[in-house]
Amino acid sequence: MQQSRPILEITDISLRFGGVTALSRLGMEVRRGELLALIGPNGAGKTSVINCVSGLYRPQEGTIALVGGDGERHPLTRLPPHRIAALGVARTFQNIELFKHMTVLENLMLGRHVHMTGGVLSGGLYLGRQRRVEIEHRRRVEEIIDFMNLEPLRSREVGNLAYGNQRLVEMARALALEPSILLLDEPTAGMNAEEKESMARFILDVHEERGVTVVVVDHDIDVIMDISDRVVVLDFGRRIAQGTPDEVRRDPAVIDAYLGHARGKPHD
Amino acid sequence: MSYECGVFHTRYRSDMGLRPKPAQRIRLALFAAAVLVFPFFASPYWLDLANQVAIATVGAIGLNILVGYTGQISLGQGAFMAVGAYAAGLLTLNLGLPWGVSIVLACFITAAVGTFFGLPSLRLKGLYLAIATLAAQEIVQWLMVHWTALTGGTEAIVLPSPRLFGIRLNSAFSFYWIAVLAAAGTALFTANLFRSRAGRAFVAVRDQDIAASVIGVDVFRTKLLAFATSSFFAGLAGALIAFYRSIVTWERFTLEVSIVYLAMIIVGGLGTVRGSLFGAALITLLPALITNAGRALQETAPAVATLLPYAQQGVFGLVIILFLIFEPKGLSKLWGNVKDYFHVWPFAYRRG
Repeated sequence: MQQSRPILEITDISLRFGGVTALSRLGMEVRRGELLALIGPNGAGKTSVINCVSGLYRPQEGTIALVGGDGERHPLTRLPPHRIAALGVARTFQNIELFKHMTVLENLMLGRHVHMTGGVLSGGLYLGRQRRVEIEHRRRVEEIIDFMNLEPLRSREVGNLAYGNQRLVEMARALALEPSILLLDEPTAGMNAEEKESMARFILDVHEERGVTVVVVDHDIDVIMDISDRVVVLDFGRRIAQGTPDEVRRDPAVIDAYLGHARGKPHD
Repeated sequence: MSYECGVFHTRYRSDMGLRPKPAQRIRLALFAAAVLVFPFFASPYWLDLANQVAIATVGAIGLNILVGYTGQISLGQGAFMAVGAYAAGLLTLNLGLPWGVSIVLACFITAAVGTFFGLPSLRLKGLYLAIATLAAQEIVQWLMVHWTALTGGTEAIVLPSPRLFGIRLNSAFSFYWIAVLAAAGTALFTANLFRSRAGRAFVAVRDQDIAASVIGVDVFRTKLLAFATSSFFAGLAGALIAFYRSIVTWERFTLEVSIVYLAMIIVGGLGTVRGSLFGAALITLLPALITNAGRALQETAPAVATLLPYAQQGVFGLVIILFLIFEPKGLSKLWGNVKDYFHVWPFAYRRG
């Protein structure tokens, strides 16, 4: 897999809420095709980075650019979230934000919103063209249902699903967008070791089989870091380290951030 | 979407149909047959009530699109219906347009007005938006009364009876067909809308607007579309009332109307088409039933009969409170429970 060219370039972004600085002159890049872990202690600014990229926060300084497959640069910093999604940036949320009164199927169909056509009039009339569009995209959604093993849950209301399944549905919805870059915000939060491992397996599958560039946010130095190609470590809104999982694990700055002082192994 | 034993779909097209189960199609056919036969047996009194229910169904579905499906609370239903009624009336009276054309134009005019009053939804949510739509109600009501040059002020606008091939259409019997056609069309349109792309976006905005935006739904545009679609049908209901009664006056479209329509969709079931019909029927028929009960008691218990008009408001309030407490999902959920019971009848096992 070609991993040299960047797909996302974050240059010197600063984000402040009143007097609180969430990110300060942060720069990092995501390379095309890689699985990048973005880690850091609580409050380091990991979710803020994701929110800036997906357009929910607007950094006061700096630029974020998405580089298309043809090399074209799309500045994201001034775009509203739905335009950024249309460029192929998909994400999940730390607290699972699904459309909980809709079925799994409807949630995934919404994931295809940007690829579908049809407004209020054509939907209400539901004549030939809209029906064809719905069926064509239902087919794509079924592929993802198959990929994520969600068949038994297809027509269940999402709000009634178990926590772990909701996480999978949210990831499936993001995949339905056919993203070029997928941002996962703490996909293993609140899971036990076994569930974490199964989630890591899904993330690897998504990355390898579907060839999606994946950024995973995690606050632990564990499973997620093990599966990633590269790791970026944040603390207090700055980048304090980056490199392969092994390099990062040995980095004194990282050990410092997690344990206060380098007294031993960061994690075992 | 869970099916009886033996119902299998092998094509997405049949699985995605509006009525995928045979039992649903049979029920719908029976209901349609009853609706078609009803006017030939009903007295003019019951026909008039049926017309009111049909018109209220159009309005309730319209309001449900905005409140139930999109989650934008509106207290402006009365105002939007007023715009539809006045627009239809004035177009026919001043420009001499045929009634059908006036009704269609009135729907679009109301949709435009509704979109305008939906603009605050960019910043406001929930109760704050409700208060902003209350402003719409008050502004429109004030204009109806004070913009004398256009609306005739407090004087009612009197319309000629609509005619089709020389037949007067505002008799209870002939208008029945127009009202039922409008209600059926509105119901079909709405049911279709919410199984396709645009309608799903409405529901997404209701359930989780931030998630909706990051999967590519333009939230503000979707809210405005919901306001437009909702007021389109509110305008249709208003225009139908105008031609049915041949008279347009502001007193028919006060804040109370807005609240009664909210009551319909809450009692019927938020975010469902059938709930809109159930709610419209219950809220329209309840006062009539109480009045009838009063007449029946006139002979035997005159003391109770004289009290009933006062009880009417009380019963109305009581019904709403009881629904909020015991079945917040409304009549639609009750109907669902009945269907679930017979789904596996006579076995005791119930689906979860």
